[in-house]
Amino acid sequence: MAKRIDARNVDIYYGAFHAVQDVSLTVEPRTVTAFIGPSGCGKSTFLRTLNRMHEVIPGAYVKGSVTLDGTDLYAAGVDPVAVRRVVGMVFQRPNPFPSMSIFDNVASGLRLNGVKNKGVLSEAVERSLMAANLWNEVKDRLGRAGMGLSGGQQQRLCIARAIAVEPQVLLMDEPCSALDPISTLAIEDLINELKESYTVVIVTHNMQQAARVSDRTAFFNLAAQGKPGRLIEAGPTDLIFSNPTEKATEDYITGRFG
Amino acid sequence: MTSSSTGVASGNGLSGSADTPLSFRKPSGSRTLKNGLATAYAVVATILALIPLVWVLWTVVSKGARLVLTSSWWLESQRGLTPRREGGGAYHAIVGTLEIGLVCAVVAVPLGVLGAIFLVEYARGTKSARAVSFTVDILSGIPSIVAALFVYALVITILGLGRSAIAVSLALVLLMLPVVLRSTEEMLKLVPDSLREASYALGVPKWKTVLRVVMPTAFGGISTGVMLGLARVMGETAPLLILVSYAMGINFSPTSSTMGSLPTMINAGRDVAPGLPGYDRTWAAALTLIIIVMLLNLVARGISRATKLKEK
Repeated sequence: MAKRIDARNVDIYYGAFHAVQDVSLTVEPRTVTAFIGPSGCGKSTFLRTLNRMHEVIPGAYVKGSVTLDGTDLYAAGVDPVAVRRVVGMVFQRPNPFPSMSIFDNVASGLRLNGVKNKGVLSEAVERSLMAANLWNEVKDRLGRAGMGLSGGQQQRLCIARAIAVEPQVLLMDEPCSALDPISTLAIEDLINELKESYTVVIVTHNMQQAARVSDRTAFFNLAAQGKPGRLIEAGPTDLIFSNPTEKATEDYITGRFG
Repeated sequence: MTSSSTGVASGNGLSGSADTPLSFRKPSGSRTLKNGLATAYAVVATILALIPLVWVLWTVVSKGARLVLTSSWWLESQRGLTPRREGGGAYHAIVGTLEIGLVCAVVAVPLGVLGAIFLVEYARGTKSARAVSFTVDILSGIPSIVAALFVYALVITILGLGRSAIAVSLALVLLMLPVVLRSTEEMLKLVPDSLREASYALGVPKWKTVLRVVMPTAFGGISTGVMLGLARVMGETAPLLILVSYAMGINFSPTSSTMGSLPTMINAGRDVAPGLPGYDRTWAAALTLIIIVMLLNLVARGISRATKLKEK
């Protein structure tokens, strides 16, 4: 259920603006990889190229190759919709569908892809909510609106929704930045459990979080405002945090800038 | 004011200088007076604006309620009646108004909703979207009599067809379409992009995202816009006067050249002398029109409330 991502010489553009320059990076299966770096360094942009969400923005395009266990996601004839079924995503702000109940939110990915069997759906909803550590809190009100939950519960609902379609990879774009510390802890525990079955990539502004949850860390930086972001270095998290090769990484991690 | 720059309170003049004691006294007399005058002005303006509205409503209700509360009003037509004879009802006109409105909605709602989907979901920010928006803005300013003349020229003069309720509906489509398109467009714009992205990230194609995520989220607002548009065109009179003849009997056929309707029923009874039975029927027709429009508004609210999920 988990796959390896290989990005080779990826350049990302928003129209004429060169946002990310020449990133080559391997994400190992069944690990948590954290992307860290100052604002505007392109880590979220790069994350969004891993499931072809980047091109949803008009004028945005990508050069280079991203392969998932050897299959090029950017080859001609690849359907971005099919890619996103395999590489799921959780966003910065919890975004449950307001027109749907808790049950329907979790079932939405399957339902909108044509699954109609009620038994299959309710089994998937229960399994996903359990995996997202939300089942006990909502099992008696699955018919109520997802918007009625607290922020942390909504974000776990969104994680349950993302894993209900059983993706190979789960991308998380600052999943805790809108949450309080207790909800953050719940999500971090969840990430630790998720990596047993998924490849997880998480963007975070919180260095402690990167150190707590990730096995590998990639540090992104940009030379100056308006210049493209670049990958400075990537490696095992303990190594990046204890003994980084690059001066910029050390400066960022020790809080000297950023 | 002191020259100190250490705190906000010390230099802004609102809470006095750092040396003088804090003061929490009530505002001075002149400020209390000004506040009172401004409040009084706002209250008086609101009342003045409400007077004509309440007056109209009261006149119509007091003069029309007696007939509207009888069952024959809703079940009989005006066939064979003169202003001097008692009896009859508005059934023929209610049928006509609802039928003309329904035909209009059947054409205008799909066009308006699909047009708005094109503008917001598929062509946002493009030149063609701006051109369409501009055209719709112009269209929404067209007086109803101009729309009626346009349809008269097209359907009757050029195509050589006769006057009919369908021709009225077409003229009303020109008036309703911009309302539906505009309100749907605004509602779709209110749906946050994060919901579209959430759907894409689940591997849902764009058309399904629009249909199953965006549309249900905006459904309450869209249906309100449709009902308001319908309520607006049901009271239009100019297309009815130009494009169809008023019939006092019951007619269900939208292609026939005569059709009753509430606005033309009111128009037909406008110079009946007070005291005659026809005079009361004219007011009752006005009240019936108000009731139908109000019911449409209530239905719109009911729909948006009924489609909302319980949170707790």
